[in-house]
Amino acid sequence: MLAESLFFSAVLFVIGVVGVLTRRNAIIIFMCVELMLNAVNLAFVAFAQVYGMAGQVFVFFVMTVAAAEAAVGLAIIIALFRHRKTVNLEQINLLKG
Amino acid sequence: MLLSGVQEAAQHAAAGTAMDWLWLVPVLPLLGFVLNGAISLFTATKFGPADPSAAGHGHGHGADSHASDGHDHAHPEPHRLAWLSSIIGPGVLIAAFGVAVAVFMAYRAGAGEHGEPVVQNYFQWVVTGDLSISASLMIDQLSLVMLLVVTGVGALIHVFSVGYMREDPGYPRYFAYLNLFVFFMLVLVLGASYPVLFVGWEGVGLCSYLLIGFWFSEKANADAGKKAFIVNRIGDFGFLVAMFLLFSNLGSLDFTTLRSTAGTLQPGGVLVTTICLFLFLGCTGKSAQMPLYVWLPDAMAGPTPVSALIHAATMVTAGVYLIARSSFLFALSPVASLTVVVVGALTAVFAATIGLKQWDIKKVLAYSTVSQLGYMFIGVGVGAYAAGIFHLITHAFFKALLFLGSGSVIYAMHRAYHATHSHDDAQDMRNMGGLKKHMPWTFGLMWIATLAIAGVPVFSGFFSKDEILTSVFVRARESTLAEAHWFGIPGNVVLYVCYALGLAAALLTAIYMTRMMIYTFHGPNRSGEKERAHLAEAPWVMTGPLVVLGVLSALGGLLNLPAFIPVKSTAVLEHWLHPVVGESALQITNGAAPEISHSLEYTLVGIAVLIAALGIWFAFYRLKPEELVPKSQSKPEEGFDRVLEQKYFVDEGYARFIVNPTLTTSRNLLWRGIDVGLIDGLMVNGGAWTARAFGWLGSALQSGQVGTYAWVLVLGVLAVLGAVTLR
Amino acid sequence: MTQVELPLFYTFHFYLFGLIAVVSAVLFVTRKSPVAAALWLVNTMFCLAALYVLLDAQFIGAIQVLVYAGAIMVVFLFVIMLLNLGHPSELADARGLGWKLAAGFVGLALLAEVFTLTRSKIPLKFLELKPGALATQIATEGAIAPVAKPLFTEYLLAFELTSVLLLVAIVGAVVLGRRTKDAG
Repeated sequence: MLAESLFFSAVLFVIGVVGVLTRRNAIIIFMCVELMLNAVNLAFVAFAQVYGMAGQVFVFFVMTVAAAEAAVGLAIIIALFRHRKTVNLEQINLLKG
Repeated sequence: MLLSGVQEAAQHAAAGTAMDWLWLVPVLPLLGFVLNGAISLFTATKFGPADPSAAGHGHGHGADSHASDGHDHAHPEPHRLAWLSSIIGPGVLIAAFGVAVAVFMAYRAGAGEHGEPVVQNYFQWVVTGDLSISASLMIDQLSLVMLLVVTGVGALIHVFSVGYMREDPGYPRYFAYLNLFVFFMLVLVLGASYPVLFVGWEGVGLCSYLLIGFWFSEKANADAGKKAFIVNRIGDFGFLVAMFLLFSNLGSLDFTTLRSTAGTLQPGGVLVTTICLFLFLGCTGKSAQMPLYVWLPDAMAGPTPVSALIHAATMVTAGVYLIARSSFLFALSPVASLTVVVVGALTAVFAATIGLKQWDIKKVLAYSTVSQLGYMFIGVGVGAYAAGIFHLITHAFFKALLFLGSGSVIYAMHRAYHATHSHDDAQDMRNMGGLKKHMPWTFGLMWIATLAIAGVPVFSGFFSKDEILTSVFVRARESTLAEAHWFGIPGNVVLYVCYALGLAAALLTAIYMTRMMIYTFHGPNRSGEKERAHLAEAPWVMTGPLVVLGVLSALGGLLNLPAFIPVKSTAVLEHWLHPVVGESALQITNGAAPEISHSLEYTLVGIAVLIAALGIWFAFYRLKPEELVPKSQSKPEEGFDRVLEQKYFVDEGYARFIVNPTLTTSRNLLWRGIDVGLIDGLMVNGGAWTARAFGWLGSALQSGQVGTYAWVLVLGVLAVLGAVTLR
Repeated sequence: MTQVELPLFYTFHFYLFGLIAVVSAVLFVTRKSPVAAALWLVNTMFCLAALYVLLDAQFIGAIQVLVYAGAIMVVFLFVIMLLNLGHPSELADARGLGWKLAAGFVGLALLAEVFTLTRSKIPLKFLELKPGALATQIATEGAIAPVAKPLFTEYLLAFELTSVLLLVAIVGAVVLGRRTKDAG
């Protein structure tokens, strides 16, 4: 099932990329990133079936890091929202220049 | 090697003689240019814009400017430093003539003992790769003849100008340009190599432009100057191509080397024919032959002494001089020589027909010049180089006399019109008539010149014209030209036809010149009642040179009397020029001096005289000056007369088929398309646009927009993966 | 790679869950409302968990549901609700059509490249296990032990570091989410 899994993984990943490029809401973009991470997890798991447990261990770590990242990222978004009253990324551009 | 050794010996002999002062001959007029130019600029800046070149608003006050501005000017004042230019301008010319005579004496006395040329090298001009040109002047028989003509006739015309241009505010500028012209002309005739000759060639073109457009505040005059320069340029292109071909095939450009190496070229071959034809293209431009003659009639917009010097005696003869100088090339190519003859003959007849119907006295003389130049080209084309040069000399005498004489007439007419505040055309023959009563000296001298140009015996023109026509006839019977083919036509047929054309041109010349004399000097006066009282002879400063030229026109024939005249020294000029052109002339006549039975020669001479007499009689018989009316009342011409008067509409044809298409193409394709569209639009503006686009892209990279950053990131990943994929 | 003969039941469910995952992902990306989008993402994760189970990664599948779908996505929903961003009309508009087409094109290009890469680079054959080795290992040792053993031996350092990472994340989240005095 390696080839099929990789196929699905690639498709999900690309969908995530398209979402990141297309959407303007910060939270939705964040969720698209999570989707990408999940796609990669699928690929790891599929490889683990062929090449050994290292793949699944890595998935473990990926999830952990994703959790940490989600926590911090959402905290940032909350802080941003408090200041700018919006999560529309096009209006959050004070870092320009 | 032998030649250079002999040259060195000659130069040794020349050292310490007047040859050392050869450089003075061109430098004196150059000095005159500098001084007169300084005077002109100094007065223009210090004293204000009296000179039209300073202000651009003045009107010429010389006798033949056509300032039709509608208001009267107060009596014009001469230039404040005119007296100084009157001394410097003619002075340097007379001095140059003196040095020229000294050089001539030195050469005859043995500086060039065995008749070989003396070359004075002054400095290295161009040294690059294989090409090495030095600024050097060469004295040989041919250049001496030209030198004397240029300085002598030039000096006379300078003296004439003192009177003619007296009241012109641009007086010093005039002499500056005139002196500069003589300088360049001397460089041309004295040059020892084609490039030095070309410097003079271009320089006289420049001075011609400056002098034709002397009264440039009138647009027509400026246009005429431009036309002359541009048409000349077309010829210059031919000259340059010929020089390139010469250098790339023979490796050298100076005359002495080329004379010895030209023998390596294949006679009658494509290369030498091409070189000669391109040289001839240059001649058609400079010497106003078909198809590049159109600038010469327009050049009459300049002051009359300029027309006399440049467009009769010297500059336009540069083409004839060039062919004589390149005789060693033309003798090798019968086709090119035949082309020269044909073009010369056709031009002679063509211009003569136009001259029949011109009313402006200067235009008649202009077309006459074109026609006579055609004669000279017939002469040098057919291999009779000495005859061509002979006609050049006699033509310089009588044509300068004719032009200066017409200058006197115009001066008198203009003074009369000024006195009565009339604005009629002072140059139109319909406004003249009966002037022999008022200007007897001019009348007599101009008749001498007319008889000379018509070819009436004893006067100089008869001998030179007859020499040329006889040469054509003789070479039609036996020569390399007769044996060659010109575009399929046998050479002897071509030459006989050209002989007939030459006779026709002689007839027409006699007719139109007599017509000019009749309308100007004979018959009733049409200038008007009040003007008649003011018509008078010109001052002696102007009539004096006319007398000198008259004597020369009458006696100039002595230079080269034909053999059948039973005097001791005949063919002086031909023997004098033999070391330069004799070999080439013999090459054309298949090695033997052309011989012709005395009876045949008398017959030919008789025919020529008959033609001249017929022409003069016909003019007196047919033309009725009493029927003429002044220009303002004349009807416009009709029918074939109109075609002739409008010079066969050649200028209009050129404008329609050459000039306007060129202008349209330049405007639409080159200017709008390439210059504005491609270079300005695409390259300059496009470059700026591209820079701004890159800047916009770059600024987008720092926009602070996270979305943009995400895009860039993904595109980067795409690119990297793409690189890996493709590898 | 030698293929084990797989029962149709297995293959059918594999493709079924895969398809649902992809469809859910597409729906997730195109929703206007953040809440709906989050819920579709949760669905995607469930399907992925099913796929993990089918791929002999039962523990990971369970973890996926517990941690990813159950904790992370819940946090997302908490934040959405907290900031009152659930209404579809306000934000969450995607960019214009041109951008969408360009993004689609980029996506297809990326997909093509990934396909090419995975086809052309055959994984190292000598590292392969015997087919079915993982299944037997799980059958003998249970679902958790095969994951735990490498985790606490080979990758111990990474494990410890991860705990530090989580600590940092917690502290960071608290600090960042704190209300400052003048915030409204």
